[in-house]
Amino acid sequence: MGTIVIQKPRRTVADQTYVVEVAKGLGVTFKHFFRNWGQMLSGGRPDVTSENYDDGVATLEYPEEKRAYPERFRGVHRLTHREDGSPRCVACLMCSTACPAQCIYIKPAEYPEGHARRGYERYPVEFVIDELRCIFCGYCVEACPCDAIRMDTGVHMTALDNRADFVFDKDKLMSIPGQDGTHLTANPRHEPGDKTHPGIDRIKQHH
Amino acid sequence: MLLGVGFWIATAIKVFAIVFGLVNFGAIMLWVERRQSAMIQDRMGPNRASVTLFGHEFRVAGLLHSAADGIKMLWKEDFMPPNADKFLYRIAPIVSLVPPLTLMVVVPFGPTLFWANRGSVFGDADGSIYHTHREGFARVWDAAATSIPLHISFADSGILMIFALGSAGVLGAALAGSSSDNKFSLMGGLRAASQMLSYEVTMGLTLIGTFMVYQSVRLEEMVTWQMSHVWGIFVQPFAFLLFLTAAIAETKRVPFDAPEGESEIVAGYFTEYQPMKMGMFALGELVEVFTSSAVIVTVFLGGWQFPFVQQTGFHFDYAGITLHWYWSHLAVVLVGAVTFFVKMILFALLQMQIRWTLPRFRYDQIMRLGWRVLLPASLVNIFVTGIVLLFLNSSAH
Repeated sequence: MGTIVIQKPRRTVADQTYVVEVAKGLGVTFKHFFRNWGQMLSGGRPDVTSENYDDGVATLEYPEEKRAYPERFRGVHRLTHREDGSPRCVACLMCSTACPAQCIYIKPAEYPEGHARRGYERYPVEFVIDELRCIFCGYCVEACPCDAIRMDTGVHMTALDNRADFVFDKDKLMSIPGQDGTHLTANPRHEPGDKTHPGIDRIKQHH
Repeated sequence: MLLGVGFWIATAIKVFAIVFGLVNFGAIMLWVERRQSAMIQDRMGPNRASVTLFGHEFRVAGLLHSAADGIKMLWKEDFMPPNADKFLYRIAPIVSLVPPLTLMVVVPFGPTLFWANRGSVFGDADGSIYHTHREGFARVWDAAATSIPLHISFADSGILMIFALGSAGVLGAALAGSSSDNKFSLMGGLRAASQMLSYEVTMGLTLIGTFMVYQSVRLEEMVTWQMSHVWGIFVQPFAFLLFLTAAIAETKRVPFDAPEGESEIVAGYFTEYQPMKMGMFALGELVEVFTSSAVIVTVFLGGWQFPFVQQTGFHFDYAGITLHWYWSHLAVVLVGAVTFFVKMILFALLQMQIRWTLPRFRYDQIMRLGWRVLLPASLVNIFVTGIVLLFLNSSAH
């Protein structure tokens, strides 16, 4: 009914002496050894991203060979530019508010008198991110209404020698390009006074 | 001095060459262990240690990692457990390292270099160099003036000295285990001592079969016999397998590395040992791999003889193919020495390969294998060899 009789595997003489098994085992190890050695000498290794599935040496020689990051990988931050080179950031402080690690410090300032954007937008005179405190969650990118901060640099934060080097100020953040190499984004930026500006203009002032 | 100055100088050079070579081979074996193991396991192994000369970085495939290990060991803190036996704790690594180095004194690493008739060393050998030659300045009793045998010791005990020194290595492991104030070390030392002793017995008994065939215990005479007849592995294949197993067990390599544990008893008998002493144990183990390979090669695989090479050159006269290629004496000696080292290295690599092929044996399996399988098998080998020799000798008359 419920019992299955399993035959105990008998050990042959060859098994007991172990010599045949040792020889077979040595065959396996020698096969791996010579294949890997030949592969290393000839420099022929399969694609490093799929090396786990193929036979052969599975080690990546970092930093000469790197595994590609996914497309949406969150690397170090960058501040995106407008066409004239100024940051898209309007110092609304939404990213620093959203940050769970409280690693963003922004000091907002008003544009000087006579500037086209005065009264519509502010600008950050200081924009500091402490990349060591950052947990790379991406909330700042989600919170930003202006597509001003992005984490699409494709560069992870490497280890440095001292804590001070991890604090990125505005100039450093603005100098990091995105993965496509540019500092701009695909989102259009409407300047105040522009006919296509969706917000209020100087005619409809609010009191 | 009973023997001349030349003899002592030659001996000093040979001793230096052997010790220097062995210790360097130990360091190279460390590299081989890491890289060969990695190659077997589908990974790369350490290959980054580099030295920068003239603005160019030389990586040397990771050989410098052994040097880096040595330097690291020298700079680490040397801490001794407070309740450890001070004297025994300190001498245990020395007792473990020195015997494998010294047991190479009887192993011949090349044919005898005759240079009585110096002109014909480089030229064609017409046999005249093998006759002793009284020279003007060389004293008659200075053996080195006429020939330099490429082994250090002329002791009549030959291979018995290898057994004696191998047994001294047991003491190192036992001392280390018992003098560290640690129960795991004690267990490791116990395992090491009993395992090494058990397999010493087998090693001795298997070689008795070879003594009966070669009619000598001196290693250079064994090589000479193998040169004029066949290699030892063809006359004593069973003894070869037994001796190989016993030698691997003696050196405590995987699959017989229960004394070292590595997953059972932390690190066995060298748990409590800090850097350089631990380095001496590790170096001793790697040097033992080499010396056991050297003994196997000498007794079973013809020592320094390249197949079909005799004193005068390469002679092949079988199966209808005849090829006689006369070499100069120096060429014969060099080929002999190189062949010996190549064979030794191949066997060391084989032991390294076996390390990653077989899982570790359980300790009771090791003891059972030693006493209940290998010991009777070696006795059977002695009986069978004796019977065969009796038949051969009686049929020859």
